[in-house]
Amino acid sequence: MIFWQLFVSFARVGVLTFGGGYAMIPMLEREIVDRRGWATSEELMDYYAVGQCTPGVIAVNTATFIGFKTAGNLGGIVATLGVVFPSFVIISVIAGIIRNFSDIPAVKSAFAGIRVCVCVLIFNSVVKLWKGAVKDKATLALCLLVFILSVFFSISPIVFVLFCAAAGILFTRMGVRGK
Amino acid sequence: MTLLLTLFFEFFKTGLFAVGGGMATLPFLYDMSARHPDWFSAAQLADMVAVSESTPGPIGVNMATYVGFETGGVAGGLVATLGLVTPSIIVILIVARMLKAFRDNRYVDAAFYGLRPCSVGLIAAAGVLVVKIALLHLDAYAASGALTELFNWKALALAAVLLVLTRAVKATKKLHPVVFILCSAAVGVLFSF
Repeated sequence: MIFWQLFVSFARVGVLTFGGGYAMIPMLEREIVDRRGWATSEELMDYYAVGQCTPGVIAVNTATFIGFKTAGNLGGIVATLGVVFPSFVIISVIAGIIRNFSDIPAVKSAFAGIRVCVCVLIFNSVVKLWKGAVKDKATLALCLLVFILSVFFSISPIVFVLFCAAAGILFTRMGVRGK
Repeated sequence: MTLLLTLFFEFFKTGLFAVGGGMATLPFLYDMSARHPDWFSAAQLADMVAVSESTPGPIGVNMATYVGFETGGVAGGLVATLGLVTPSIIVILIVARMLKAFRDNRYVDAAFYGLRPCSVGLIAAAGVLVVKIALLHLDAYAASGALTELFNWKALALAAVLLVLTRAVKATKKLHPVVFILCSAAVGVLFSF
């Protein structure tokens, strides 16, 4: 039964993907290309590329895409539910446990230490994304503008997203791109 | 019931507008905690990022489930997760039918040229919020006005070590983030952060 296979395969990819993004490509290769033969490596990279260029979590977008190509609309939905299923179960359990222990002083100290690490992890992912995003003066200006405005004012991120999409189109048409 | 509907709608918006992968959902979650202070705090959110990085599954999905669970229990987690993925399903099912036209479209390409730096700026700004919570003592500084009180020196030292280990030292920089998260937890307990 194809829908069950899709669900199980993507649940497996979900369990084995730590962190998402590029980390999931080897898992997808093994499960979707080698094991099931639902797509070739090239197709997989295409789907992944589109997953990056559409809103939402990349892993989810890629799952929907492969599910759709394999078994139509319902396939897309089933694959998506499969990829999020492990997260849902695991996080619900862990969140429940943490909630019960969060008042213990040692746990508080542990999380104070962890938050420091989160700062560094966010910084590292900013550096990584910066390399692919800030390529010229226009993108540098956009990035700094968004950063400064959102640090000092409480503006919805949606406003920035819409503004920057429009600015990207405008800059491209004006020919300032790449300068 | 209203809570679940609001959760779904909030995460639907996040799924629709967060561009650029898991971390891109972070600014939306901070925005959410500012508008719904009774749901979860900014400090809790930093913890959720750590848990989401350390457990299996895509970060964006893990954070949605976590926030939903904190806000509305198991049902909340379910609704938040479904809210996050619904726009993806709709958008991808449309785009998949015209893959070539979408990939070659000048406007899509140009919009993403502007969206990528936007994502970086938003995530960096969310990072500043975590820095304020994790590395600074804003309350102590406001009370005493002494600049030395502003910095959480223990935390800054740990951050410096982590920065070197994750960026400069060849032997450790490819290690999975969960390793650094666990070590930081141990340091936090040992040095009573």
